[in-house]
Amino acid sequence: MIHRYLHIFLFSLILLLASVTASHSQETPKAGEKFPPVTLPAPDNPAHREYLGLPEDGGETFSLSDIRAPVIIVEIFSMYCPHCQREAPALNKFYERLERTGGLRDKVKLIGIGAGNSAYEVEHFRKTYDIPFPLFPDGDFSIHKKVGEVRTPYFFGLKKTATGTVDVFFSELGGAKDAAEVLDELLKVAGLEEK
Amino acid sequence: MKKLSAILLVISMAGCLCTGTAARGADTLKDNIYDPGHLKPVDSQLKVEVGQTAPDFALPSVAGKTVRLSDFRGKKNVVLSFVPAAWTPVCSDQWPGYKIAHDLFKQHDAVLLGITVDNIPTLFAWTRQMGQLWFPVLSDFWPHGETADAYGILRSDGTSERALFFINREGVITHIHVENINLRPKLETIVEALKSF
Repeated sequence: MIHRYLHIFLFSLILLLASVTASHSQETPKAGEKFPPVTLPAPDNPAHREYLGLPEDGGETFSLSDIRAPVIIVEIFSMYCPHCQREAPALNKFYERLERTGGLRDKVKLIGIGAGNSAYEVEHFRKTYDIPFPLFPDGDFSIHKKVGEVRTPYFFGLKKTATGTVDVFFSELGGAKDAAEVLDELLKVAGLEEK
Repeated sequence: MKKLSAILLVISMAGCLCTGTAARGADTLKDNIYDPGHLKPVDSQLKVEVGQTAPDFALPSVAGKTVRLSDFRGKKNVVLSFVPAAWTPVCSDQWPGYKIAHDLFKQHDAVLLGITVDNIPTLFAWTRQMGQLWFPVLSDFWPHGETADAYGILRSDGTSERALFFINREGVITHIHVENINLRPKLETIVEALKSF
């Protein structure tokens, strides 16, 4: 009888471990963890290529580690998300602040990834809010799944390491508080002061 | 030993059930959305076709008016956006996107009517979470799903398909798009169909 219970217990334990492992593989990367490898289509817009430091003839795709800056801010957004619509002007202002601040311009780059959005939908969102920084489609949710199917808008602060990996130093859901507040906090955590 | 094994069994099984949700953490908005899981992509048979006069209807709106399709005859093109049910994942992500697509409809002199089989109080609470929608939201609750059924998009569980009907000023259907219920129709699909008027 004890053996039977023991078998059931061990079987349940295996199920539990399998379930933990499965959920871990789709968990949202937190501060101190590695960001999953992400490949994005190289922007058609030459100004965006230049902004990201990508070579003119650098191929059709690039990785986050190819971006020429030590700090990368990734906003996971959706054209269909009311918070993302409301926060779009604040994101534009934040980008302008990064660009006009000497100590930040070359150190921090901002991009958006449209979860479940087609290239057309991302372009519609860009045009609606006149968004100056690069946005990328994730029409099949493949990147969204890699980052744990976060709600939107979600902000990741990433740092490139000497070994070429991309580490997370900031990982937070927006929406509940202003994007400006979240991004201020992100810069503070990064130890980046405005000059 | 027996007791200990039984307790451990219960604890480990509870752990299996809870891990998936606990790992993601609490999220007020997400917690209010009911996920029905993956559904049969299409579960009905269309009763209308392109070129046919669209069945008229008179449905109550969340704003407290009765909206008739025939109100727009000779005045405006009409797009009907049926979504399956309030408080479900894909539906809750669809209409908020149309908030920034008003110009696309205006360019084609079209009005958009959102319709579900939910009752008015449910639609009121649900659409309030979306912010200000520029188009009327109509309830096809009673007689239950009568309009959805007239168009042939009432599913066997009483919800409707996720479907778009494009109807010109003469009241004639110019395009029909019944989407896989698990997916959201792409904006470009709508933009292309708006050209059919």
